[in-house]
Amino acid sequence: MKMKNGKLANVYLVAVFVVLYAPIFYLMVYSFNSAGTMHGFESFTLEWYEEVFQDTRLLIIVLNTVVIALLSSAISTILGVIGALAIQRVRKLRQRNSLLAMNNVLIVSPDVIIGASFLIFFTMLGIQLGFTSVLLSHIAFSVPIVVLMVLPKLQEMSPTLIDAAKDLGASSWGVLTKVILPFLRPGIFAGFFMALTYSLDDFAVTFFVTGNGYTTLSVEIYSRARQGISPSINALSTLIFLFTITLVLGYYFLTRRTSRKPDWGVVQP
Amino acid sequence: MTRTRNLYLIPYAAWMLLFVATPIVLIVYNSFFDVEGHFTWGNFEKFLTPVYLRMTFNSFWYAFLITAFSLLVAYPTAYWLTRAKHKQLWLLLIIVPSWINLLLKTYAFIGLFGTYGFVNAVFEAVGIGTRQILFTDFSFVFVSVYIFIPFMILPIYNALEEINPSLLYAARDLGASPWMAFRRVVFPLTLEGVKAGCQAVFIPALSLFMITRLIAGNRVVTLGTAIEQHFLVTQDWGMGSAIAVLLIIVMAVIMLMTGTRGARNPVR
Repeated sequence: MKMKNGKLANVYLVAVFVVLYAPIFYLMVYSFNSAGTMHGFESFTLEWYEEVFQDTRLLIIVLNTVVIALLSSAISTILGVIGALAIQRVRKLRQRNSLLAMNNVLIVSPDVIIGASFLIFFTMLGIQLGFTSVLLSHIAFSVPIVVLMVLPKLQEMSPTLIDAAKDLGASSWGVLTKVILPFLRPGIFAGFFMALTYSLDDFAVTFFVTGNGYTTLSVEIYSRARQGISPSINALSTLIFLFTITLVLGYYFLTRRTSRKPDWGVVQP
Repeated sequence: MTRTRNLYLIPYAAWMLLFVATPIVLIVYNSFFDVEGHFTWGNFEKFLTPVYLRMTFNSFWYAFLITAFSLLVAYPTAYWLTRAKHKQLWLLLIIVPSWINLLLKTYAFIGLFGTYGFVNAVFEAVGIGTRQILFTDFSFVFVSVYIFIPFMILPIYNALEEINPSLLYAARDLGASPWMAFRRVVFPLTLEGVKAGCQAVFIPALSLFMITRLIAGNRVVTLGTAIEQHFLVTQDWGMGSAIAVLLIIVMAVIMLMTGTRGARNPVR
């Protein structure tokens, strides 16, 4: 294409990126400040990193967050794949659309409403607020996302593949595990990663359904930030940023690898 | 075929019924009860008093401002992104900040905007002098726009990418100026993306409560803050539910107004 950006466009883009990244780097720089504030850089120190690693309570909270994220995204991936298969098999348009609409409810609902309604829900069921309630609500808001990531892949799949497998004598379990699931793999991975990020990033829903004893990272950061600047949060955020970057790059190369593979069987009329 | 269909549908439908339908029914049910557990219309009557109406108006006004500024910044970004070299990499760079926990980003602004923070240091150096930035409307809107901007850029970017370049060439061949081609060809074709972006920003902005607490210091009270207050502080679940129900209704109306895409070409 001959379309190229002028100088103004590039300046604008760079400005947007500077503003986007400035707060993140600001946090990181001040995690090395021995004064323990977010202004007036005194001298370089790793004190706050030591503090993070000695703070067992904080480490347990990090562990909680990771456990919740991995568990909830694994379970919601399974449920989401089942959901996508279910929606795909509904032939009546009206029914399918209402299922899809139901699926979208939690995606478009504001977090506060999801959190509040789940708080009522769990209290009515008599579920103790804590690990179980947080896990269940994270699964609940992740399932629709996985469905949305898997469904297009499923629709892309040519039905002749399944017919061929059946003709060759595959059982329905064989068709599922040997044909359908391998074909859906990119969608399933994408769904899993999306669920993982949503879970790691969630604050509002967790804030509502977490009880007294149980905390995730977002809620902990919120309560610390309400009390002002705490340098160990800076140190922790630097670590989280590096972890996120690794995850993003991993995901980027993973999806690039899978998309470069020959897509046989995707032939659409 | 019919046998397998039922097999998948049962667990999924059961899950949806339990975790989507039930909580919504419960929140509607709860909105009709007062603190003592008696049936009442009082929660909705209370909503019609000036205090709550003003709060509702404020929420809408701030959500509108946040959406408008996001769009204003995001559209040129998306537009120029599609024409940049290495645009895949640039796009990834846009997405990365949205993967950082939003609490951390908000927390960073407490430092940046603080009395002795970076922005005030710059103001001091330029000669404007120290200002109160934190706990103002400006900081609230700015931080919210910062948080939401990737969600506005992505749909617009996708819409721009889908445009067939030959349409642009045709417009230019037929004598349209670059601005004319943009206004009459490119912009109308990206309206769906703009709508999707506005929806992705407006609805969450309506119910923010974390940023209002940390950045606006309780100066800005939105519907989200009110719900959180009623559920977790005053324990008046009925009133909180009533606000939530009204928010759900508003949301549904917005979805119906902007979400025409779903109705016109449903997912096959």
